Amino acid sequence: MTSRAGSRTAGTGPVTAAGGSELAQAGGRSRDDRESRILSIIETARAKRAKFRDERITMAHGAGGKATQSLIEGLLVPALAADGGALATLADAGAVAEDLALTTDAYVVRPLRFPGGSIGELAVNGTVNDLAVAGARPLALSLSLILEEGLPADELRAEVEAIARAAAAAGVEVVTGDTKVVERGHADGMYVTTAGVGRRDPRARLSPQSLRPGDRVLVSGSIGEHGTAIMLARGEFELDADVASDTRSLWPAVDALLDAAGPALRCLRDATRGGVASVLNELARASGVAVTVREGDVPVRPVVAGAAEILGIDPMYVANEGVLVAFVAPEAADAALAALQATAGGEQAAAIGEVRSEPPGMVLVETAFGGRRIMDQLVGDPLPRIC
Amino acid sequence: MRFVDEFRDAELGRAVAGEILAAVDPRRHYKLMEVCGGHTHAIYKYGIDDLLPDDVELVHGPGCPVCVIPMGRVDDGIAIAHEPGVIFTCFGDMLRVPGSNGTLLDAKAQGADVRMVYSPLDALRIAREQPHREVVFFAIGFETTAPSTALTLKRAQAEGIGNFSVVCNHVTIVPPLRALLESPDLRLDGFIGPGHVSTVVGARPFEFIPRQYGRPVVISGFEPLDVLQSVLMLLRQLGEGRCEVENQYARVVPFDGNVRALEIMGEVFALRPHFEWRGLGFISQSGLRLSDAYAAFDAELRFATPGVRVADPKACQCGEVLKGVIKPWECKVFGTACTPERPIGTCMVSSEGACAAYYNFGRFARSKEAV
Repeated sequence: MTSRAGSRTAGTGPVTAAGGSELAQAGGRSRDDRESRILSIIETARAKRAKFRDERITMAHGAGGKATQSLIEGLLVPALAADGGALATLADAGAVAEDLALTTDAYVVRPLRFPGGSIGELAVNGTVNDLAVAGARPLALSLSLILEEGLPADELRAEVEAIARAAAAAGVEVVTGDTKVVERGHADGMYVTTAGVGRRDPRARLSPQSLRPGDRVLVSGSIGEHGTAIMLARGEFELDADVASDTRSLWPAVDALLDAAGPALRCLRDATRGGVASVLNELARASGVAVTVREGDVPVRPVVAGAAEILGIDPMYVANEGVLVAFVAPEAADAALAALQATAGGEQAAAIGEVRSEPPGMVLVETAFGGRRIMDQLVGDPLPRIC
Repeated sequence: MRFVDEFRDAELGRAVAGEILAAVDPRRHYKLMEVCGGHTHAIYKYGIDDLLPDDVELVHGPGCPVCVIPMGRVDDGIAIAHEPGVIFTCFGDMLRVPGSNGTLLDAKAQGADVRMVYSPLDALRIAREQPHREVVFFAIGFETTAPSTALTLKRAQAEGIGNFSVVCNHVTIVPPLRALLESPDLRLDGFIGPGHVSTVVGARPFEFIPRQYGRPVVISGFEPLDVLQSVLMLLRQLGEGRCEVENQYARVVPFDGNVRALEIMGEVFALRPHFEWRGLGFISQSGLRLSDAYAAFDAELRFATPGVRVADPKACQCGEVLKGVIKPWECKVFGTACTPERPIGTCMVSSEGACAAYYNFGRFARSKEAV
């Protein structure tokens, strides 16, 4: 059986229990039209730039979903880049001067150490990756530490060593820094902020507005591991599973992609907070295209899928710290995928979907079961369902 | 998770879909209600709607535990959360349910200590670890979650944990179904029965539906194949003129339910004379409170709450959506004033809610085909 197209009449007419089908058919047409009209009004409203109307900041504003978007587009950008400028493009790294890119990121994570990494490694790799996916070779980092009174010196030492190791592995140097101490109870042990400077690679022609119908969507590895590892490390779920954070520098993957696909590489994003789903939504909106994802082709390790199932969370929305999403013109897609699979940590890289023209701004999933649905942006943190 | 994968086989799914097509009487339009929010979620998550013929319509029922909580109860919870020294705990999707003046998430931003837990036992653990704080658990759900609240309370009593209490919003499934069936504007051909609830109460409590109201019931599991097979079983009953309770979820649901769980519930809970349901109004003997033996753990007795009944917002048509009278998109405020970001009605909050599920997953199926 083939799946049906959009025009449906199910769920419409006033039908009696005995099955008054003539009534159903009479009512069907006009109701169906009304439904499409209502849906198009909603789509128009959603395409508008988000307004920021909240009275207070809630945790949802930090979760990377719609609330975060409304904060950025409704408050930050209008104030800081009213006349356009680098910030208004909302890229992972902003352009400065001719060939430099600048990015910054703040790191807050509880617990500080978790299977596969720690806040120190995140602080290096996260910033390095923001540069990498902007097509810039990472050069140097700044490092600001906000330390909580009472933090054991050994923990600080361990994190600084982790920072040094990760920086060496990523080939960047920490060139400046700052340290502040705040009173007990204020900083979850430590907060870290890093800024990074990179040199824009001449091979890169990346833009979030450049997606075209037919482009292929690749992910550089199996997804959902970092977020799952953190959730389990918090020990709130009495659930043990062998999951480790995937934190790593993505520059080798980007370098390989640029070599293999060059200008056919349309756009790259690291799928951190909000997961792959948020990246796809953001870019579908930015380019005014649709993205379809074949759920069955998305690489998810069984242990991550199992944990997500139990917690009632979709791995597509779970954070990664070493996975990028690449949009590639169709003719270069095979070469790009092969290049990703040849990099360390990229063995699970896969083509998961493609760009279409309709409906613009939306991400659609072809479920492994054969149905279809929308994969929307999250509102705030993924809240688990109760049963 | 091999066990689960077997119930998600796309090829088998297409085969069952083919059988459904064959079982449909082309002169008929079928309205089948899935009672449970878990089914609503599965239907959208797997795109099951997409595999059904046009004339088989699934109507989303009142079985989303978050969706049926009235605003007044949320306000009571928020008032307790603001009490000094209180740690207020609840399930995740309860956090965004709007009361008359904001949500628990807003209360948290204003300084209340509101925490998400996965189980009432987690709340009890917090109480054990922080004996100087008052830990309150906002309990919601049908017979599915009520036993775990009951067990937690038994443990709290056995351990003598005095700083733990429960706001009991547990409800039972049969009274709202009866209320729906009595409703004059309701038109349904059959019911996909709630699988999880039935693991506790069994299949027997649903026998009144075929006997008194002449509608077939198939108790269903939550995997996509379960739901498809249940639709097929309902269509076959209708086609053959049978009308009974069938158990598609026999691998989990015993006919008589879980006797032990029912015993514990009977010990810890007592029926309220009536309880308000969002959109459905007051339904007699549909809600549970803590029994007198557990009154010491009753947060409603321990804390002063406003206890005010708050009328549902005028524009909100959650009640009609819950009754299956209108589809989510037919509500006056759907998708415009009421969105998952700023829900007016509870159906828009939980991903199990009919409106949120339709908004998040279903819009496309009825809008445009991907090109």
